[in-house]
Amino acid sequence: MFRTASLTAVLVAALAAPAIAQDANPAVSARQAHMDLLAFNLGTLGNMARERIEYDADAATIAAKNLVALTSIDQTGYWVEGTDADTLMESHALPAIWENMDDFEAKTAALHDAAMAMEEAAGVDLASLQAAMGGLGQGCGGCHQTYRQSDN
Amino acid sequence: MKRLLAAGVAALAVAAAAGWVLTAPKPLDETAVSGMTGDPEAGRLAFAAGGCASCHIAPDAEASDQPVLSGGQEFASEFGIFIAPNISPDEEHGIGGWTDLQFVNAVKEGVGPDGKHLYPAFPYSSYTRADVQDILDIEAYIRTLPASAEPNQPHQLAFPFSIRRSVGGWKLLFFSDDWVVDGDLTEEQQRGRYLVEGLGHCAECHTPRNALGALDTSQWLAGAPNPSGQGNIPNITPGALDWSAADISAYLESGFTPEFDSAGGDMAHVVENISQLPASDRDAIAAYLKAVPAVN
Repeated sequence: MFRTASLTAVLVAALAAPAIAQDANPAVSARQAHMDLLAFNLGTLGNMARERIEYDADAATIAAKNLVALTSIDQTGYWVEGTDADTLMESHALPAIWENMDDFEAKTAALHDAAMAMEEAAGVDLASLQAAMGGLGQGCGGCHQTYRQSDN
Repeated sequence: MKRLLAAGVAALAVAAAAGWVLTAPKPLDETAVSGMTGDPEAGRLAFAAGGCASCHIAPDAEASDQPVLSGGQEFASEFGIFIAPNISPDEEHGIGGWTDLQFVNAVKEGVGPDGKHLYPAFPYSSYTRADVQDILDIEAYIRTLPASAEPNQPHQLAFPFSIRRSVGGWKLLFFSDDWVVDGDLTEEQQRGRYLVEGLGHCAECHTPRNALGALDTSQWLAGAPNPSGQGNIPNITPGALDWSAADISAYLESGFTPEFDSAGGDMAHVVENISQLPASDRDAIAAYLKAVPAVN
């Protein structure tokens, strides 16, 4: 009985899996996961900056290093043509990205620079972390202004 | 029969004349600005609060400390395409040759320097709640910015909206400088109301419109379809936005939501503008948003 039930579960899962894969474009899923990882680490730093959690130099430094690592990843595999918001429901990426790829990459690089500035600042003290937070906000906003759909 | 016809014609003529009078532009007179002078430094902040550059810089221009307000951005609507004009201090193509009163009438009353109605794609139905002094300050600041000789392009509108006089009827029905959220507000909430309902013109995107393009004040700030593309502009009444006032204020400064997602599209421009204001103004906006009637 138990085996039958688990076999059914496996079959259901196997049948359901392709349907899920069809729903979300893997490149879109990958870059949204990338954004989630950025947001998670930004949250550690941002919540310290907003003094919602206690400042912790080690945790802040780890989060900042993660941002540096995440913004170092070669993302060309995620940003494939035909995965923009006009084409895919699940995407919020504006088609302008593919019309201005050089500018898009320059803005991605600007976020990397802001992450490196945070890596320098995060372990120093709370005031330094707070001062570096603005650069990260501008790094995210600079790109989102032009390339992310307003809806959020 | 002949007399009846004559009476009918006369009645029509009276109605037409009355309509013509009622739909006439009603600019302020010189007393509205007499003895007042704009301050360009104060104007820099009022200009940011008004978000003027977001619509009036060239279509592909980047934000800048010295924005060139050459116009040219297109705004599609059900009525046709509106094209933002040149409001740089250029004498011929911009506002360089305008008087203070002409500038105030454009921003506060929706009347152009030629005495004709402006289309409410220019959010004067919000700006009408702004103080004359703030508007003069904005004008003084704009006069410090670079001039652009970019010619204005005509709007591409369908009949009857292409007739400017039709805006007079629209104003009769919908144009008012009354506050939308009334009642007992603290001083901070009143400052927030001034920024949100007036200069900030937040409702222009965050409130749904009726068939004639006027804001539905019963759904004030309750979200609406995105005028510039797919998707929706969110409901920011307490019925949907459950962030704390501190979270709202922090978002307007940094663009980060409480989950550290970051604002996109037009709202990222708004954050860029509002982040230049004093923290007390962002707190005031948050306090006002907490006092707005909740719409679910």
